[in-house]
Amino acid sequence: MDRKRELELQEFAATIRAETVKEVADLGFGHIGGSLSVVEALAVLYGEVMKIDPKNPDWDERDIMVMSKGHAGPAVYATLALKGYFPMDWLKTLNKPGTNLPSHTDRLKTPGVDMTTGSLGQGSSTATGMALGRKLAGSDSRVFLFIGDGESNEGQVWEAAMFCSHYKLDNIVWFVDYNKKQLDGFVEDVMDMGDFQEKFEAFGFHTQTVDGTSVREIYDAIEAARQAKGKPSCIILDTVKGEGVSDLIEIELNHHVQFPEEMANRALEQVTAALERVRKELANV
Amino acid sequence: MAGLSYTSINQTRMATGEVYCQTLIELAKENPRIVALTADLGKSSKIGEFMKQFPERFYQFGIAEQNMMGAAAGMAKAGLIPFTSSFAIFTACRALDQVHTDICYQNVNVKMIASHAGTSFGQAGTTHHSTEDIAIMRSLANLTVIVPADGIETANAVEAAVEHEGPVYIRINRGYDQQVYETMDYGYEIGRAVTLHEGSDVTIIACGSAVFQALQAARELDAVYQIKARVLDMHTIKPLDKAAVLKAVKDTRRIITAEDHTVIGGLGGAVAEVIAESGMATAFRRLGLQDKFSPIGLHEDLMAHHGIDTNGIVNSVRELMQLDFEEDLDWEDEV
Repeated sequence: MDRKRELELQEFAATIRAETVKEVADLGFGHIGGSLSVVEALAVLYGEVMKIDPKNPDWDERDIMVMSKGHAGPAVYATLALKGYFPMDWLKTLNKPGTNLPSHTDRLKTPGVDMTTGSLGQGSSTATGMALGRKLAGSDSRVFLFIGDGESNEGQVWEAAMFCSHYKLDNIVWFVDYNKKQLDGFVEDVMDMGDFQEKFEAFGFHTQTVDGTSVREIYDAIEAARQAKGKPSCIILDTVKGEGVSDLIEIELNHHVQFPEEMANRALEQVTAALERVRKELANV
Repeated sequence: MAGLSYTSINQTRMATGEVYCQTLIELAKENPRIVALTADLGKSSKIGEFMKQFPERFYQFGIAEQNMMGAAAGMAKAGLIPFTSSFAIFTACRALDQVHTDICYQNVNVKMIASHAGTSFGQAGTTHHSTEDIAIMRSLANLTVIVPADGIETANAVEAAVEHEGPVYIRINRGYDQQVYETMDYGYEIGRAVTLHEGSDVTIIACGSAVFQALQAARELDAVYQIKARVLDMHTIKPLDKAAVLKAVKDTRRIITAEDHTVIGGLGGAVAEVIAESGMATAFRRLGLQDKFSPIGLHEDLMAHHGIDTNGIVNSVRELMQLDFEEDLDWEDEV
């Protein structure tokens, strides 16, 4: 990936982050912490890696993304809207009565969402089933699954991990959003998950840990995963819950937060400034 | 239709689970979308035979029902017709969240075969009885709920489930069922009750293993007490054959339900809802587990204990015959 492409993906990520902040600012509260930590990975997937057709969301040959940590919906919606799956105006309806953009991602409501999630752990199995189904159909499309580090408390996650490994599903990539926090506090205090790298290796995965804010590292890891045949892949995204917004990072319990106007304005300034910096650099390349 | 022709001869040789498996094998020969899934219960549920015929279409999940249900939803989304085989208790309780959100809410084409239902695995203990699953599954939107009376009806239900687009729950028993049907050819249809015995005094509406007992009871009631009992095999709990229930109310004015399940929310609950909303006064009784867990024992003994064997149904019908019902035949002024 050349520097220009890297900057373009950074710009896409910064735009997703800004739109995500706007969505939650408009609502006044929401799952913003865990939305902001997956932004760079979404930018790489939707900006570079995935085979998709936003005008034909059900295209048979498309790649699939399952956000098992369904509360990251706001980041997914910003990404999908920016890709043209639905009008940007929809982002103002987040969580509101009659919306197509519910708090947790819902296949039946949002174009571009391939699996309904929200009950944690479930996406790991449904994504696994879709990967198996595609393999049986002889399709070369890939499945990208996001799970949370806190979500990994759920036993179902490890049931699915065993299955992926046992059936050698090399068409699925698991991303662990290792942002170190869950609803009640730090993961290591609530339920210490230990070393994700070692855990997934022990479960038979081709496992890599990357800086979850580096589009280049994420991209390179996805490409390396593509080369790993005969086993599933896991990419652990070392991230910060609330990435890009200082006020949010400072809040210890930042899973679902009130987002009053003053804080929202500061956040918008910060993410907009970040976007401008990337654009300026891009203009000089 | 796969042109299946199971008969009573086959059924006497095969447990109900084996009939299910053989049926699925026959259907899978013609339909490449059918795949079989189990969670370390391939031997118990009898679906293991499928693996010998179609090893590449059989998926062993290990002891992980939640993952199996979620993955089945994903496989259905990829165009397959997954049949999950596990015990009823693990299907309806252990994996309920996945059944709710991944399968029913998303309305995907997964067929759940829930074996060892009711008290049919009586000796295994109450952890392995499944006496609430009809109530639970009936409450899930989009889901079709079927409780076949015997092996032959199971074959019909499995065949119908393949043709039906959408999630289906089929509740079958462990081991051999008492035989109700001689052949598969009796016009089985999802959502349409089968009248097994005509009568004008009382109607016994039954499902699953209680159907055979209801039929025996009707014969005894006729022969010994001159009570004419209609027997309905209400194999589909949802969508319920409301017309058959209302016709029974009009024709016989006395209704009794029988099921190997709690009386709360199952077949009895479903029939009660229809009767109550009809506005027609009816002498009514629900037979089954009376808001209790079952003790441990052989299936037939437990059915006797819970009053859903032939004697229990006969006694309840005779009691019900003593109850008053409104003599006014004109229902129109009451609704």
